[in-house]
Amino acid sequence: MKKYFEKIVAGILTCSGFVTSITIVLIVLFLFTEAFGLFRSKVIEDGYVLALNKGTAVSKLNSAQIKGVFDEEITNWKQLGGKDLPIKVFRLEDITRYYTEAELGDAYEHAGAKICELVEKTPGIIAFVPAQFIVEGSNIHLIKDNTISLTDVLAGAEWFPTATPAPQFGFLPLITGTLWVSLFAILIALPFGLSVSIYMSEVAAPRTRNILKPIIELLSGIPSVVYGFFGLIVIVPFIQKLFDLPVGETGLAGSVVLAIMALPTIITVTEDAMRNCPRAMREASLALGASQWQTIYKVVIPYSISGITSGVVLGIGRAIGETMAVLMVTGNAAVIPTTILEPLRTIPATIAAELGEAPAGGAHYQALFLLGVVLFFITLIINFSVEAISSKRK
Amino acid sequence: MDNLVIKNSISGSKAKRRSQLIAFGLFRLLSLCVVLILFAILGFIIYKGIGVISWDFITTAPEDGMTGGGIWPAIVGTFYLMIGSALFAFPIGIMSGIYMNEYAPKGKLVRFIRVMTNNLSGIPSIVFGLFGMALFVNYLGFGDSILAGSLTLGLLCLPLVIRTTEEALKAIPDGLREGSRALGATKLQTIWHVVLPMGMPNIITGLILALGRVSGETAPILFTCAAYFLPQLPHSMFDQCMALPYHLYVIATSGTDMEAQLPLAYGTALVLIVIILAVNLLANALRKYFEKKVKTN
Repeated sequence: MKKYFEKIVAGILTCSGFVTSITIVLIVLFLFTEAFGLFRSKVIEDGYVLALNKGTAVSKLNSAQIKGVFDEEITNWKQLGGKDLPIKVFRLEDITRYYTEAELGDAYEHAGAKICELVEKTPGIIAFVPAQFIVEGSNIHLIKDNTISLTDVLAGAEWFPTATPAPQFGFLPLITGTLWVSLFAILIALPFGLSVSIYMSEVAAPRTRNILKPIIELLSGIPSVVYGFFGLIVIVPFIQKLFDLPVGETGLAGSVVLAIMALPTIITVTEDAMRNCPRAMREASLALGASQWQTIYKVVIPYSISGITSGVVLGIGRAIGETMAVLMVTGNAAVIPTTILEPLRTIPATIAAELGEAPAGGAHYQALFLLGVVLFFITLIINFSVEAISSKRK
Repeated sequence: MDNLVIKNSISGSKAKRRSQLIAFGLFRLLSLCVVLILFAILGFIIYKGIGVISWDFITTAPEDGMTGGGIWPAIVGTFYLMIGSALFAFPIGIMSGIYMNEYAPKGKLVRFIRVMTNNLSGIPSIVFGLFGMALFVNYLGFGDSILAGSLTLGLLCLPLVIRTTEEALKAIPDGLREGSRALGATKLQTIWHVVLPMGMPNIITGLILALGRVSGETAPILFTCAAYFLPQLPHSMFDQCMALPYHLYVIATSGTDMEAQLPLAYGTALVLIVIILAVNLLANALRKYFEKKVKTN
């Protein structure tokens, strides 16, 4: 009886031992199933088609081109590889400009035929209309509606998920925004982080260290919304005044806030690594006549370089994944940034800001999950590289 | 000739000393900066928020579209979420830690689990939010609820619980286990009566810190639980709830009347900070207390 009890408990413990692995598998599973629906959804909104006049000699358009056409940035079919014809954009609501209500019928029952007629006789027209309005056998050209492709997403330079007729899901502005903010954050945090960890492990008296350590822990315990709030109230106006900008909510504000938030990670890991440097090595260096500072930068730092690298990489990981603080201070403009003093938008902030409004199961919703997948893999790569760096040391 | 060598070495050591002074001075200065940053943040929020805090602010609900009243429902919600995630994550996390230190064969398996745990702890909180929404809210059909939010937050703090348990148990010398086994106790009895009681102080410290972490997280509850405003307190675990960090986010970034909302935001931030401070102080005090106890024994 007792033996069975032991066995059962051991079994339960074994199961719980694998709970983190199971969670990771589940995260991958659920994120992927939601995200990859995106590649099955069409470029053009569901139930709609793009109809062209036969004379344009264009049969394929990708989502960026469609958006260009409807924003009237592209005005000639020549730019899209067709004939030299000006583009005429037609949306359903424009129909009253061409036909009277009487012609269309009381319940718009003739609308389909009229639209087809219009597209047939107008050279250079592109019409964005519901699929049900297209009369079979009419002499018009329908754009082949591709599904959204991986290159549309990864190389797309525009994030505009609510655009019609073709929502833009280009990740490029979000990925570059994330990298800019995180890299600047690390550049700001690095001198501070290294100084504090060297000071704590090598220079400070044990008593000072005992005061500093809880302070660093406290710094890591403060919730990210509080950092974001502080950034919004103090750092954003300060940056606006300092650089004389129209808005203070910029990448730089995000970097400063993230730098403060990444500090505890960098400090704890690098300090640990430096304290692991054997006493004998330090003493040998001092005995050879080196000063304490020479010992630090010629012995301790080279010895613990892999630990220091892990700390920095983990700090970058923390910065990349941070959501709320960044959401509150970076201004969230989804454009590819040219300077750090512009509003920009990161991957986590995009998810947090838009998931609430995206209808479940739609392309926008799936695109946000795909962003989650990207984020997941970035952090996974970071974790594995830290693992590789620190196992090299042994 | 000899004098020259001595002179050179003296001037060399002078330069050496000077560069050390400069370097150490720089380290001191930058470390001081970091401490000052922390105190600036804390000081600013305490200074601005202290005037807002009152008995009414703590115990009443928000009024007039978030421009007046207090934060009582948010405090209650955060409290529920802390309890819920603790009920889920603490038993599983502690069991997992016990398995890793006491049962799992040393070597590749333990290393694999540890890598997975590290990976889980590195995953951004917003990804937990996405996952919680996909699994708990939609797939399992809990809807936006305290249950879904607590489970998501529980998964988030699981690695922390596992790691502290494992570290705490690792610090217990093997001699004690062997002694217990030699007296005829089974493995389970040894763990229950010897290992766990000795590891408990450190485990509890870790659990308290995990609670602190849970209380401040916003991103995971954004789509699983948090409500902008609720006229009444939640009745069951399938209700939505308000939460302090989300409340702070909402009144700091959106709303109709910023002037009126700002003091409330300061007050909410202060309450959050006080919770974190209390959690950290409690954990530190416990650590010190138990350390002393072990020494005197």
